[in-house]
Amino acid sequence: MKPPRFDYHDPETVPEVVGLLKTLPNARMLAGGQSLMPMLNMRLALPDHLVDLNRVEGLAYIRETGGALEIGAMTRQRDIEFSQLVLERCPVMHEAILQVGHRQTRNRGTLGGSLCQLDPSAELVAVAAALEATIAVAGPKGTREIPFSGFPKTYMTPAIGPDELLTRVRFPLWPRPHGWAFVEFARRHGDFAVVSAAALLEEDRGKIKRASVTLGGVAAAPVRMKEVEKALVGQTASDALFRDACEACRKIEAMQDVHAPASYRQHLAAVLSRRALERAHARIGAAKMSS
Amino acid sequence: MGFVGRSVTRLEDAPMLTGRGRYAADVSFSRELHMRVVRSSHAHARIVAIDAGAARELPGCVAVWTSEDVAEIPPIDFRSTRVQGLEPHRQPVLARDRVRYVGEPVAVVFAEDPYLAEDAADLVTMEVEELPVVLSADRGTEAAVIRKGYGDIEAAFRAAHTVVDLDLSIGRHSGVPLETRGAIARYDAMRDALELHGATKRPHANRDLLARMLAREPGSIHLYEGHVGGGFGVRGEIYPEDVLVCAAALRLGRPVKWIEDRRENLMACNHSREQRHRVRAAVDAQGRILGIDDEFFHDQGAYVRTHGARVADLTAGMLPGPYRVPTYRAVGHYRLTNKTPAATYRAPGRYEATFVCERLLDAIAAKTGIDRVEVRRRNLIAKTEMPYARDLDVIDTEVVLDSGDYAGLLDQALARADWAVLQSELEQRRAAGEAVGVGLAFFLEKSGLGPVDVARVSMAADGTFDVVTGAASLGQGVETVLAQIAADALGVDYRRVRVAHGCTDRIEQGYGSHASRTTVMTGSAVHIAATKLRENMQPGCSAQGSFESEHMTYPYGVHIAVVNVDRDTGGVAVERYLAAFDVGRAVNPRLVEGQIEGGVVQGLGGALLEEFVYDAEGSPLSVTFADYAMPTACEAPGIAVLLTEDAPSPLNPLGIKGAGEGGVNPVGAVIASAIDDALGVAGAVTRLPVTPPRLVEIMRAERR
Repeated sequence: MKPPRFDYHDPETVPEVVGLLKTLPNARMLAGGQSLMPMLNMRLALPDHLVDLNRVEGLAYIRETGGALEIGAMTRQRDIEFSQLVLERCPVMHEAILQVGHRQTRNRGTLGGSLCQLDPSAELVAVAAALEATIAVAGPKGTREIPFSGFPKTYMTPAIGPDELLTRVRFPLWPRPHGWAFVEFARRHGDFAVVSAAALLEEDRGKIKRASVTLGGVAAAPVRMKEVEKALVGQTASDALFRDACEACRKIEAMQDVHAPASYRQHLAAVLSRRALERAHARIGAAKMSS
Repeated sequence: MGFVGRSVTRLEDAPMLTGRGRYAADVSFSRELHMRVVRSSHAHARIVAIDAGAARELPGCVAVWTSEDVAEIPPIDFRSTRVQGLEPHRQPVLARDRVRYVGEPVAVVFAEDPYLAEDAADLVTMEVEELPVVLSADRGTEAAVIRKGYGDIEAAFRAAHTVVDLDLSIGRHSGVPLETRGAIARYDAMRDALELHGATKRPHANRDLLARMLAREPGSIHLYEGHVGGGFGVRGEIYPEDVLVCAAALRLGRPVKWIEDRRENLMACNHSREQRHRVRAAVDAQGRILGIDDEFFHDQGAYVRTHGARVADLTAGMLPGPYRVPTYRAVGHYRLTNKTPAATYRAPGRYEATFVCERLLDAIAAKTGIDRVEVRRRNLIAKTEMPYARDLDVIDTEVVLDSGDYAGLLDQALARADWAVLQSELEQRRAAGEAVGVGLAFFLEKSGLGPVDVARVSMAADGTFDVVTGAASLGQGVETVLAQIAADALGVDYRRVRVAHGCTDRIEQGYGSHASRTTVMTGSAVHIAATKLRENMQPGCSAQGSFESEHMTYPYGVHIAVVNVDRDTGGVAVERYLAAFDVGRAVNPRLVEGQIEGGVVQGLGGALLEEFVYDAEGSPLSVTFADYAMPTACEAPGIAVLLTEDAPSPLNPLGIKGAGEGGVNPVGAVIASAIDDALGVAGAVTRLPVTPPRLVEIMRAERR
């Protein structure tokens, strides 16, 4: 539980970070450290250089621009939790963040750190998939944007070059009113979800106009359930509709680990996506009544 | 007035609450070396070669040892429950020729700081020839067979009106103290004294064991206990690391410090509990037990550690519990597998035995159609039958249940839980679609293990008192409780009493703290010594007290739990929990309640969450707190404790019975019973822990 020797760098600007990443071999960036520090201590990560992002200016903010929420990479999860803007404009993220780790880990953990760690069960990663977020990455050639669908390269590996850093995530907003829900099943409070489900619904004249159903924790990266979404659009919402549509979730090729076999994950995928849709739909009704 | 029986404030809290505690990692000496253990990553293999060359050359690395360097040190011997056949399976301090589990120490590195020690350890490489791996006690080398029983069991089954038989399993889990193990040794040439810091549980016995292994006089070894962040049976035994720091301090001439990390802790510290029972009971037409016949398979892991066959012995010896069982047979197959060695964890043998016994009682109720409370009532040993001698021995003592009003406690617990109202509430909720249920488990505990304990009480010039004991403190409030007992005997304020424990150079003899014995045994010795001193209470005077006991005391209890099962996910929420326990006499009721509450939460871990899982190659998968899921405050239900003092023990002057293990003992049993009730399926739970995937499978099988 003692890390091997590494050199520590403490840059203050994004260009400085990019410059360091370009020249330093085998460097890792340190954001909130909630995953990297244990990995260093267990010698699962063996960097020669550690580039600390905690003093880099201008990477922590939450703002609404052009129909989207823009959140800086170094924004603490705890600041997202307490953001009135997130609560009002992107309630699914608020519901998700309450299930991210513990108060203590949210104090340090960041949005960018969570996305780059890309744990298949991470709530914020599932939210990014559900909302079709766009991820801004700074590198030697300037900034480029990656749609979330192209962001996971392989298991726990984002499509970011060794000399690039994630600077900002743009979450497109759903119109008011819409239905939302983020539900998960974890062994204990604060654990990574065994399976999580995010659902977003928009209705028009009693019919589902648009749907987003995302499953976390089932496969190597969050899975958008296009088949379920297609089965919902144009239909009148009902418990039977949701239940039948969500049966498709049992067919996902699922992971297994010490907590659950693949068959249990497939089962939970169907259960939780149904529960998320039911809750999301109930919230459309509630929003209409209050408006 | 008097202090015994009052929930007075703990004496030991101030340094811990103000961050000035001294745990093992806080102990440091100048010029100390740091030890790091190189552990096997193979579950079973022949060692062809170990290459430590690169490690030895690393600047800051002082020495690297393999088994050849410690050839003169014998394997770690048993301190209890020596059973024929176990000797060949004792663990060497460093693996010789073969490794038998992932995590087994194969080499040790000594370096100038803990970082360098890990760097050097990483450079040690091992060439091996893989051997077949055994991971189930269904197979595995049978090191010993434990047989206990009495009466004509075959006749009982021939005469039976009804027979129930069950196949039950308890998962591999263990005590996981938040403070990992630690050992700091130094040798003082001036006094020719070897010191070991970080000791606990059984300092005197461990001193003697170390003396034999290191070929020194016991009087030249001193063990010191600091603060201890939880023991639970696993901490405070002699493990390879304790011997290695001592040997290194002697040989290298510098203090040597070893602090276990969490990953090591989960693969190196004793595992426990894993057993499979094939058990049957013969009952008459009224649901009265005629006989219990149990064959069980105990998964010991790769070596037999300090406890010998104690857990299997306790399982077999305690299984009949609080019931009248006219004939009994237990055959325990004590088998070796390629897993971390197992030994005692809080309520060893009883967590397992109560699960088995109470599953049987529930099965008898279901099969005979007699209410489950009534079935227990018909079989509980009556108050008038006390003391009740059972033709059994357990850990080398005859089983004589000293006192008890079992039916009386059952009545009190049912009344406190408002049993009848609870039943109708749950009925209504089930009718509304919820899967809620209540479980009930009666259990027998044992405590106050002898053979003897001594204490010395003396009056200082300033009118305060020193109580010197051979007890140990694992955080349970030993100083407070012993001070309360001494204070009452002396007629002084308990805050004027200082209690020493855990240090072998303060008192010649001591039996430590384990087996729920301290308040009973050390408490009685303190009472006797203080009573003597009072006859001539002057500054400078002291008195010694000794208390012997051939028989254990047997506290007992009943737990009742309400659970809510999520039929979709298999999640189980424990909504309410009542723990009723008769301790004979509670010296400090609040501390007893604390023991019980903590024990219940640990028990919930074994019932619902905790399990050491291995893959097919024998690699442990539960080596972090993300994978080995202990319950946290969020998973702990509200726990009501009903503490009674209806059956004081006749075996000691204060009537005390031990309180350390009555919280954890029946939790697996009560949760299994509650889940059955919630699902409306008798005997649904046969295996612990009841994880969500397993429960979903149970429900799926039920629908088919």
